[in-house]
Amino acid sequence: MENNKPAGLTARVRAWVAGIGVVTVLGLFVAGIVFWGGFNTAMEMTNREEFCIGCHEMKNNVYAEYQNTVHYSNRSGVRATCPDCHVPKEWVPKIIRKVQASKEVWGKITGIVDTPEKFEAHRLEMATREWARMKANNSQECRNCHNFEYFDYAVQGRRGANTHQQAFTEGKTCIDCHKGIAHKLPEVDQSITPINAEGAPPQVFHPPAGK
Amino acid sequence: MKNKSRLFTAALAAALMASTLSWGPVHAEGGLKSLRGAEIQAPETESADPFKAMKDSAPIERDYVQQPPLIPHKTDGYTVTMKYNKCMDCHSWTRYKETGATKVSLTHFKTRDGQELSNISPRRYFCQQCHVPQVDAKPLVANKFKPAEGIR
Repeated sequence: MENNKPAGLTARVRAWVAGIGVVTVLGLFVAGIVFWGGFNTAMEMTNREEFCIGCHEMKNNVYAEYQNTVHYSNRSGVRATCPDCHVPKEWVPKIIRKVQASKEVWGKITGIVDTPEKFEAHRLEMATREWARMKANNSQECRNCHNFEYFDYAVQGRRGANTHQQAFTEGKTCIDCHKGIAHKLPEVDQSITPINAEGAPPQVFHPPAGK
Repeated sequence: MKNKSRLFTAALAAALMASTLSWGPVHAEGGLKSLRGAEIQAPETESADPFKAMKDSAPIERDYVQQPPLIPHKTDGYTVTMKYNKCMDCHSWTRYKETGATKVSLTHFKTRDGQELSNISPRRYFCQQCHVPQVDAKPLVANKFKPAEGIR
């Protein structure tokens, strides 16, 4: 009775193999490997800086801005390229992000941000979306490199050491404070000028602690 | 027939012009030349600044009356643009309590016409016109400067 199930399964598999032939089964197996490898290779092709700046929208706006920052050039030459910050490393979140990114292909075709002026007009919307994404995953792409459990506060600056410890106690995440570190910021409402009055409101730019 | 020869002449002229254009300026020895042959003196590349920015510290004492307070921290990457003022992200009255920064002086709320605004005036928007960060540089010339009596 107990052996019935596995035995039944084995028998069924044997019948199936006999039905379609050993060669076909082997062929399917190899095809699976080739497809899987090809799929991942193709996906990795889209996960490179050269691919990202293949479009002038990225190359002339956000990439040019990023070239002045520490993540592009620094004393030791360790870099964080576009996908390091904007594409999750884990497989399932990566696929989800890649599917969402297919909308950007549509954006490219319709030319929604194909001039610097159009890009500026959409910057607030795009930045807000990316801030929300990073807050939702607890700034995972920052923490892939910057693991705050290993921070040495003795070598951090006076302000950083204090603020980091306070913020982590309150349950804040990197992106809550570190906005605009790699690209130009959109307009931010600081109640100073009419121009930035329409920008990111305080509760978005400095969100309260917690998710 | 006439048309053809004219076309040939035009093409020859174009080719000649293109060749002078591409040969002339580029071939100038030891640097750039303008199309009329004048030397263009490009500035020598300057070596990197040897000074290290001062480490974050407590506010620095003033040395004379009406001195704009110095910035006691690094300001790398802190930009002031039309759309966002990084300094005011910590030093504004709405932010200083949370960040622990020195709040901007109320004198900065007045326009040049004497009108009081609800936030910093446009003439005070560019903080680093007066407030500057410090480096570990020694004075180039020795001097006997002493802070004013009243603020020593």
